[in-house]
Amino acid sequence: MKPGFHYHLMLIPGIILLLMFSVYPMFGIVMAFQDYNPTKGFSGSPWVGWENFTYMFELPDSYLIFKNTVYLAVSKIMANLLLSLIFALLLNEIKHKLLKRSIQTVVYFPHFVSWVLFGGIIAQIFSLDGVVNVILQMLGQQPIQFMASNYWFPALLVGSDVWKEFGFSTIIFLAALTGINPALYEAAGIDGANRLRMMWHVTLPGIRTTVILIAVLSLQNVMNAGFEQILNLYNPLVYHSSDIIDTYVYRIGLLQSQYELGTAVGLLKSVVSILLIVISYKMAVKFANYRIF
Amino acid sequence: MMSTASHVISRVSYGVILAVLLAIAAGSVFPILHILAVSLSDKAAASAGKIFLLPVDMNFAAYSIVFDDRQFFQSFAVSVERVLLGGWVNFAITLLMAYPLSREKEAFSARNVYMWFIIFTMLFSGGLIPWYMAIKQFGMINSIWALVLPTAVPVFNVILLMNFFRNLPKELDDAASIDGAGPWYSLMKLYIPLSLPAIATVTLFSIVSHWNAFFDGLILINVPHKQPLQTYLNQIVVQMNVNRSQMTEEDVKRLALLSDKTVNSAKIFIALFPIAALYPFLQRYFIHGITLGSVKE
Repeated sequence: MKPGFHYHLMLIPGIILLLMFSVYPMFGIVMAFQDYNPTKGFSGSPWVGWENFTYMFELPDSYLIFKNTVYLAVSKIMANLLLSLIFALLLNEIKHKLLKRSIQTVVYFPHFVSWVLFGGIIAQIFSLDGVVNVILQMLGQQPIQFMASNYWFPALLVGSDVWKEFGFSTIIFLAALTGINPALYEAAGIDGANRLRMMWHVTLPGIRTTVILIAVLSLQNVMNAGFEQILNLYNPLVYHSSDIIDTYVYRIGLLQSQYELGTAVGLLKSVVSILLIVISYKMAVKFANYRIF
Repeated sequence: MMSTASHVISRVSYGVILAVLLAIAAGSVFPILHILAVSLSDKAAASAGKIFLLPVDMNFAAYSIVFDDRQFFQSFAVSVERVLLGGWVNFAITLLMAYPLSREKEAFSARNVYMWFIIFTMLFSGGLIPWYMAIKQFGMINSIWALVLPTAVPVFNVILLMNFFRNLPKELDDAASIDGAGPWYSLMKLYIPLSLPAIATVTLFSIVSHWNAFFDGLILINVPHKQPLQTYLNQIVVQMNVNRSQMTEEDVKRLALLSDKTVNSAKIFIALFPIAALYPFLQRYFIHGITLGSVKE
């Protein structure tokens, strides 16, 4: 038997599973163009053309969820990028190996905690009788309903996302920082450069490609504003500021059984996401010579 | 003179940097220590929000309530089951796909066709509703397989491991073919033993994501005692906090008397514990993953 036969054999289980759970559901997209009736199925339900899409664009919610999605996603991306970069630069100044490693280990940990648990803790800390409000009251301030205010809630989402994820985002920057040739620092030192000048002339140029790469790849997530996080933290009072495409599809499509509308909104999101992925990948190849395989 | 001054400045700035880093690190562990402190505290103190990092009037009442909670342990058992089952399935599928995909085109002419198919499934998706309806059609609702099979192919892990295999020395294949070893022998006796750290990393990733997943349990499992732990906690703990957030101050005070904040904290801590306990020992594998895929020639 030729080895090729065995290679096919190894791939078969995975391919069948992908066909079942990735490819087969794609045919369900036809629902977006139907007046879908669960008892009649895809073949029996009447076709309505673009009606679901025109209806979607007439809903005032559509613009809101789109705006919320992009606003929250971009805020999170920028905050995470900036803070993890600063953290990595500061950590790079620590020469004590064990200390550096311990700090790294500690800040990575929240990444591995689920949003159910982290969200549960955040909700407790920021509730009316939570520790933050108790501190505010001790300082003579009015308590704040963080979880019920359209002013505070988006900030809480961005803040808690950074809290959970910034550490993990530093890994890639730290890897880039260790890749900088030490001879460059020595040369700068001989030229009389102090720490700050070294950071400006050696460190930052040394990790420029990585920073650009991460920024460009982040573009892929502009449609992903953090479904699991928001689903675990939001409530009807803050829908106005935090309802995003994914939570909307879940509520409208699954909880309220408006399958066609949910599918149409989801499809639109997929199409925009693919465009973003293609653009970001092309930019990554161009600016950072990046390839996934 | 100048050099002493700049020396002092650099010592001070080093101290400031260290202090900032330590404060941030403390912030990273604060939520976990806080929830542990609340879970060990007296009910009344917890309701009053008096707990910061240390338990007040320490007791184990909350834990004894949780240990009597049958549904909590049923959900815990479901989570353990899905981790074991799902972890194995992910492990097997990842190895079986990564190895043939790591072959050169000359050795496996269909390689690129498979690769494009996998990229296609990564790029395009039918979205939530069609995905849900497909699983319903397969009759998997309320079955443990609904938590295992839809995520059985961890595409990202497959690509990570494939890249790792591709970076192993090419002489490996020459040696194998001279010995007359077939693909199965090469995979089992050469590639797997040489890639144990990478395999440990991707397996750990799938175990953690199985333990942490809650949304599939929420929509695919409608029977409470078959729902995994995170789904159960989403419904019990999180929804309660959400409701709490919509209450007036008076409501909150009234509810505070009956508060089960300590019990919920105990549940969160128990769910967190397996990962927190493994983390210090396996952290190099946890962290390895993100740099694994980026090693390329």
